[in-house]
Amino acid sequence: MAIVTAAPNSQAGQQLAPRSALNWARAVIYLVLIIVGVASVVPFVWMLLTSVKDYGDVMSLRFWPWPPLGDSALRFDNFVEAIRLIGIDRDTSLPMFFRHVLNTLLVTGIVVASSVVTSVLAAYAFAQLQFPAKNILFILVLATFIIPEELVLVPRAVMMNKNYLNWYNTVPAIVAPFLADAFGIFLIRQFFLQVPRELYDAARIDGAGHLRYLVMIMVPLAKPAIFTLALLEFIWTWNEFRWVQLVTSSSNMRTVSVGLVGFLQTDGGAQTQLAMAVAVMVVLPIVILYLFTQRYFTEGITTTGLKG
Amino acid sequence: MRPGPFASSRSKSQIREALLAYGLLGPALVLFLAFTVFPIGFGVYISLHNWRLGPREFLGLGNYVRALTFGSEFWPSLGATLTYSLLAVPIQISIALTLAYLLFQKIRGRTLFRVVMFLPWVTSTVATAAVWARLYSPDIGLINSALKSLGLSPLRWLLEDKGIFTLIATSFGISLPDWLRGPSLAMVSVVVYTTWVFVGYNMTLFLAGLGNIPGEMYEAARIDGANGWQLFRHITWPLLSPTTFFVVLITVIGTMKAFNHIWVMTQGDNGTQTASILIYRQFYEFQRAGYASALALMLSLVILLVTIVQNRVAADRVHY
Repeated sequence: MAIVTAAPNSQAGQQLAPRSALNWARAVIYLVLIIVGVASVVPFVWMLLTSVKDYGDVMSLRFWPWPPLGDSALRFDNFVEAIRLIGIDRDTSLPMFFRHVLNTLLVTGIVVASSVVTSVLAAYAFAQLQFPAKNILFILVLATFIIPEELVLVPRAVMMNKNYLNWYNTVPAIVAPFLADAFGIFLIRQFFLQVPRELYDAARIDGAGHLRYLVMIMVPLAKPAIFTLALLEFIWTWNEFRWVQLVTSSSNMRTVSVGLVGFLQTDGGAQTQLAMAVAVMVVLPIVILYLFTQRYFTEGITTTGLKG
Repeated sequence: MRPGPFASSRSKSQIREALLAYGLLGPALVLFLAFTVFPIGFGVYISLHNWRLGPREFLGLGNYVRALTFGSEFWPSLGATLTYSLLAVPIQISIALTLAYLLFQKIRGRTLFRVVMFLPWVTSTVATAAVWARLYSPDIGLINSALKSLGLSPLRWLLEDKGIFTLIATSFGISLPDWLRGPSLAMVSVVVYTTWVFVGYNMTLFLAGLGNIPGEMYEAARIDGANGWQLFRHITWPLLSPTTFFVVLITVIGTMKAFNHIWVMTQGDNGTQTASILIYRQFYEFQRAGYASALALMLSLVILLVTIVQNRVAADRVHY
């Protein structure tokens, strides 16, 4: 596994060419970067604009139908209309969309808590302790990391049906495959390995055992890595689609991503401005979370690499 | 002979350490065994049966034979998977590497560029694929309206089954033989979306790799009179090769099991039915757990083989 560390921003980059050619080269570099940067956000901007457009403006392809270029009004009621069309949850009398949000928060909460705890515990064992079969167990964890999800998708789903675990359409079925994540174990282990061994020896002299040392010293030290893991697990679970779709059939058990795909296939979802209104509600929380925490993402994916 | 007091206390503490380790590993290992290791074996068992909620009848290798028989949808789906991979990987990697190299220069607003380009990877693929499906819409999509305003003729993008070479040739009034048709325009459209999602992610990995190349290497080469291209060719490229290999590896694996966005954008229509889509459809739409498991096992085998081959190829070329 390639272990690479994040590029420090302070490190001076290299120069492309001697000074004479420098200005031209720089202009081209900025041009390319700006084009790619714009291309990265245009779909989001289009989604946001479309979500508050009038149906007529969507159909007549007007990119900006509002003043000063046009005289349409911002249609925030698209959101209300989309939520109305998704329907009402009979259990709670809440709009079904809010039920999807609550389900998503519950599921992501469970997955984040469980994957963080199991990763910290296992990472400590692999980083700090000596025990028989350590290598074999490490290879086992590595194997769960690299096997394609396709391989286990069908049997996992079969396990959930009524002849086996009978968890179909329940929260346990949705969260089960994500409660422990080898990615998390590697991420935290990598961090624990950097803590000097002398720290443990010192804690030892002060009378601390392994558990006390883990809770009082290692976990506080590893806060950035733990936070990174929690963030990544949060967005992965929030965005999860295929598995939730496979093990749920009733709408009131579904999450926002599955709800969105379901809505796209209805008459309401066929109206682009309503489809985009729902997409905005699925995407926006993650975008905001990301913008406030972006540096943790970079560290997370560059210290352990994986996960496409 | 009785062991001395020290030996016994040492082994006691060793036993305690081992027990503690197993206790700490327990939760993760139990979950892995239950929901990853067991399902692998269970999947093999399922694949040998005609399976509806439970085993109906034992088929032996029947499901595999059916998949491998000439005329089944498995071979075309593998073809679509490889097409997707062969298109997406070089495009994604070359753009990502170029961007990383540019961003690694002394650039103002580097963090802003990086944050913005990484954004597509963070957000829900299902949602962004839904957005792109609308951007590609033949009637109301932004892409066709841009083409029209440039005086070009609109295309059918995700709805287009015709190969891109056929389309290009037809626009020049040439008719191509069928075997030269190329990947469908729908497939190319999906690849463009994939590039949009993953370029920032791959670029971030490349940036980290570039940060690990010692600056003195460049200094020394520059003193020897190396120009920009020579610096890239003789320092950056070889020293970056472990990162490049790693990025290629995870991109190949990632493209071979891509699912969400293809499902949302085309449901596997118009030449985009990759093996992942086929497996999902067989299971989700037709409840054929046995057949789907057999397909999944064979796809995993292909991914494993590709990974091994890549490792072999890289062994001679990657400079660690």
